[in-house]
Amino acid sequence: MFSSLSRNDWLLLIVFSAIVLVLPWALQPIGAAYPDLLQKFAIFGIFAIGFNILFGLTGYLSFGHAAFIGVGSYVAVWSFKLLTMNVIPAVILSVGMAAVFAFLIGYVSLRRSGIYFSILTLAFAQMSYNLAYSVLTPITNGETGLQVRAIRQTAETSLRDGDVRVIDQLFGIPEVGVPITNLFGMKMSGYPGFYFCAVLLIICFFIAMCITKSNFGMMLKAIKSNQNRLNYTGIHTRPYLISAFVISGMYAGLAGSLLAITDPIAGAERMQWTASGEVVLMTILGGAGTLVGPVLGAGLIKYAEQKVSSWNEGILHNALSALPDGVEDFLVGLFSFFVGEGWHLTLGFLFMVIVIFLPGGLMEGARRIRASFGRDNSSKASGSKTVSQPAE
Amino acid sequence: MDAIFLQILNGLDKGGAYALIALGLTLVFGTLGVVNFAHGALFMLGAFCAVTLHRILNISFERVSETQKDFLGNPLKEQVPYLQEWFGPQVSEFLLDWSVPISILLAIIVMGIIGVVMERGLIKHFYKRPHADQILVTFGLAIILQEIVRHYFGANPIPQSAPDVFAGAANVGNWVGLGDNVIYPWWRLVYFMFSALVIFGVFAFLQFTTFGMVVRAGMQDRETVGLLGINIQRRFTVVFGLAAAVAGVAGAMYTPILPPDYHMGMDFLVLSFVVVVVGGMGSLAGAVLAGFMLGILQSFASMNEVKSILPGIDQIIIYLVAVIVLLTLPRGLMGRKGVMED
Repeated sequence: MFSSLSRNDWLLLIVFSAIVLVLPWALQPIGAAYPDLLQKFAIFGIFAIGFNILFGLTGYLSFGHAAFIGVGSYVAVWSFKLLTMNVIPAVILSVGMAAVFAFLIGYVSLRRSGIYFSILTLAFAQMSYNLAYSVLTPITNGETGLQVRAIRQTAETSLRDGDVRVIDQLFGIPEVGVPITNLFGMKMSGYPGFYFCAVLLIICFFIAMCITKSNFGMMLKAIKSNQNRLNYTGIHTRPYLISAFVISGMYAGLAGSLLAITDPIAGAERMQWTASGEVVLMTILGGAGTLVGPVLGAGLIKYAEQKVSSWNEGILHNALSALPDGVEDFLVGLFSFFVGEGWHLTLGFLFMVIVIFLPGGLMEGARRIRASFGRDNSSKASGSKTVSQPAE
Repeated sequence: MDAIFLQILNGLDKGGAYALIALGLTLVFGTLGVVNFAHGALFMLGAFCAVTLHRILNISFERVSETQKDFLGNPLKEQVPYLQEWFGPQVSEFLLDWSVPISILLAIIVMGIIGVVMERGLIKHFYKRPHADQILVTFGLAIILQEIVRHYFGANPIPQSAPDVFAGAANVGNWVGLGDNVIYPWWRLVYFMFSALVIFGVFAFLQFTTFGMVVRAGMQDRETVGLLGINIQRRFTVVFGLAAAVAGVAGAMYTPILPPDYHMGMDFLVLSFVVVVVGGMGSLAGAVLAGFMLGILQSFASMNEVKSILPGIDQIIIYLVAVIVLLTLPRGLMGRKGVMED
């Protein structure tokens, strides 16, 4: 499995890990180095990497991945409520449950491809979302959202309002006030929480890299480029597709559980189809099919969301004060549509601009820029190659 | 029997809305081969045409009142709509009362223009791109449209009222001899009639006019029609405008039933897509049939008797039907061979 990784891949992994781990310092200058946002970077990075395994490699556009995030969150919170505040069981159970869900949904949805597949996944996600709000309220606590509570005193208290935490009770771990998620006693909020997510992000990145470079990944790419041809050669593609779907569902489940770990509440709005749309945008923005792209996209979107929605006209006036008054007022008036409440408008524009002008995402853009700067080098290289060919 | 009849009626107006949106969606599929995720936003824009018209009719100026005085005896200021000043109170009352039906005219014009501009400005460049790209770019456009509406109209639903003539409920049961138990709001009946009329109009347009004939030929074989020297592209653009206008009037007329807010388009879009898929991609009759069928199914599923047996079924029935149909009938109920198959 590891033998398929070249030296460049190991280098990429090391650089990636180093960058992720120094983020709390590296992001200081742009004002993004606070734990909440850093945790979001890592969590949505994981989500996007997972989504990319399906969309980037096989080309199957799922519009229902948010359902797995929701499942992951609910399972994690239930694990906190019933078993222990330790995060390890929560993570394992969430990923496992997401895998089960992904298998069921994938088994059905992958009977069709193209737009039909998108609609099927969308239908399943909407079903989960609607059920979470209505019939499943005993499990999901409906609109209020599922929360971690204090240990219940009597058995009459419903499980939603009072927790059991069997394992914690067994070991006699004392609880003071609102229980906080922990990793064997280490509190999972603030920077420790970020580092927990970051380590998982690196592991996920590594797994995704192995998948991409493996024969399995090769097969997925083959499905993307021409599924018919694969079928003609006698290869049954569905097992590969289902595996890819389940793996990416597990990534989403992991992301969901991490959301619950850093903030122990689970709500159905995480499953709405706009949330699925967001992860598509992250992947596209960074560059579908690339390894680093989705993480980059997730980071950029989350950063922009935090920043742009916190801006207001005052900040804009300050930023543009160097310009002449008339121009300044005009620009402030124009930009004020896009900031604060108008963040979604910015998101929509970003969506369109990326899809229209840069379908390959930022990684494609970077490649093009590199190509245009290094044209001389590459032409020389190709020239020397043509020269050397006759000699062989 | 009463209950069943009432549920069928209940499903008709919602089914009408689904059918109208799905009709436009499938028309765009069939002609341009484009998956338009912004179609729900067009429905929403249509609904806001009605809101806008109502506001325009209400534009007023301030003047000193001749009759009313405050407690000190000073004359009060009052708001007078320009309409009342220009045409007198009766006409103004009438126009305000009938603002929703009148807004159809506005919706047709505005939405037709928006549709054509959208097709020429954006969709045109996406014919050859993969469906995923089309979905994504129109999804982005839908977000933009709904955010612009939210910016101008706020996030709260804005109730609109139907004309007074249609206030109250019709005793439908009496008409068909079922006694007095089946009563049904007038406006919903009107909406059903209206949607049936529009659907009939679109079909007649495609079936009985030369323009429609060319469009149908283009749906069958675009290249050959082009070889005959017909500019099929321009006609398809008009069809896109038509689809947008249909979605627009569907939205405008729906406002008395459901107060429009900025995200109503997204809510309807997902359902309409399911409707299109169930009906069969590119099949107009299929879209209409599936629209009404799913509307009626949904209203049956929300009966208390059904809900007590299968809790939550009302929330998921449409999606469930979609899953079953897609897995058993890959082309949907009435899908044609070769449309949107990969």
